[in-house]
Amino acid sequence: MISLGIFGIENNALLALVALLTGAALVTLGMWVAGLISPRSFNPQKGEAYECGIPTRGESMSQFKVGYYLFAILFLMFDVETVFLFPWAVRMRELGFGGLTAIAVFFGILVLGLVYAWRKGALEWK
Amino acid sequence: MQDFSVITNWIHEFLLSTLGLPGWLTLTVECLLVGVGLLLVYALLALFYIYYERKICAFIQCRVGPNRVGPWGLLQSFADMFKILIKEIIHLDHIDRFLFALAPYLVIIASMMAFAVLPWGNGLQVIDFNIGIFFLIAVSSIGVLGILLAGWSSNNKFTLIGALRSGAQMVSYELSIGLSVLTMVCLAGTMSVGGIVEEQSDLWFIFKGHVPAIIAFVIYLIAGTAETNRGPFDLPEAESELTAGYHTEYSGLHFGLFYLAEYLNLFIVSGVAALLFFGGWMPLHIPGWEAFNHVMDYIPSVIWFLGKAFVLSYVIIWFKWTFPRLRIDQLLSLEWKYLLPINLFNLALMVVIIVCGWHF
Repeated sequence: MISLGIFGIENNALLALVALLTGAALVTLGMWVAGLISPRSFNPQKGEAYECGIPTRGESMSQFKVGYYLFAILFLMFDVETVFLFPWAVRMRELGFGGLTAIAVFFGILVLGLVYAWRKGALEWK
Repeated sequence: MQDFSVITNWIHEFLLSTLGLPGWLTLTVECLLVGVGLLLVYALLALFYIYYERKICAFIQCRVGPNRVGPWGLLQSFADMFKILIKEIIHLDHIDRFLFALAPYLVIIASMMAFAVLPWGNGLQVIDFNIGIFFLIAVSSIGVLGILLAGWSSNNKFTLIGALRSGAQMVSYELSIGLSVLTMVCLAGTMSVGGIVEEQSDLWFIFKGHVPAIIAFVIYLIAGTAETNRGPFDLPEAESELTAGYHTEYSGLHFGLFYLAEYLNLFIVSGVAALLFFGGWMPLHIPGWEAFNHVMDYIPSVIWFLGKAFVLSYVIIWFKWTFPRLRIDQLLSLEWKYLLPINLFNLALMVVIIVCGWHF
């Protein structure tokens, strides 16, 4: 099935590009207009980081809790899984029992992965 | 049923035949029209949503809400928009300027591209990829990058923690969104947005897929609330601990753009829920009730879509004023220990139901 965009435009990628440029134009135009009409004043204290009035100590672009990485990696595992499942979901009825068995094995491995991470305590926030 | 492609075809014919423009120029003019249309609808919808949320919030808290500017306070959000335009944009010293400026672009572009995929009405859908719903998930996840960049480049401890929390929350709940969508794609047998709407012409998916569809809908709604960083999942910007989260250092319109994208993401999440579970622009049709179906067809498709989206947004706003904010460990365990296993089980259940032909 060939799906057409608005105005019967066949090239949907072109329309996606139009949406992208529209978003970029919104930010650019908005910032330009705001730059024209908003006031500007200089004060050395204005440029400091806003940390509730207390003088900032040290760099903020530093190390942070490793727990965030763990969840990012777990996310990656399941997200890739979703990418593989989508094409199968579309053709599920045509692929029949063979496709179902294959995907069930894949799915089983994945669930084992989640169980492993759970047992290892990767899902605990410490 | 009225069809908007009549209007778009007329514009196409008018440009091509009556004005006699060459093909490439017609295409350019049409692309410009699409761009301007998207921009206008995007901005107006954001203004409407700010008013909508403030009024609902006020009524839930037994207040009146905005009522001074214009009748029933209708012009309040316009006034706020002009106010935010004339606020000073503060230039900071110790930031990464390039990434700081890039962050709002990513956030706005992600929501604009997702916005363009929504089915507004019969023949009124900007992009109709054959992988439409997949494209939507893909582009909306670009927004996380914008938020992480905003927090990192600000060189501020509050923004960094806010951005990391937001990143962890958004990537986690994206799984639930993806799996709920996958469950519905199994039922639909197509990823094209137009195709999904067509599949629901006899009955909406929430009725067609009964139990698994309802479970998927509930999970989608919870995950969608978390995905838009709204209460009770608004801990990235928990004001009592992190001032304003990842956009603490943004001022004036720079901040306004994040705010804009947040409201539009609320609309997109409810729009996608309307598309997947309540038939997009498709009127309520019940098999066998010919007269009823015919009467429903008289209500314009745009009203059906916007009505469904606004009702679902109402539910999401209602969540915010009903539940207390979660802690980060509660938030992550809710997703990874409850929603994800339930969702995987639900997907398997849906497959069994389709294979056995138990759906309607």
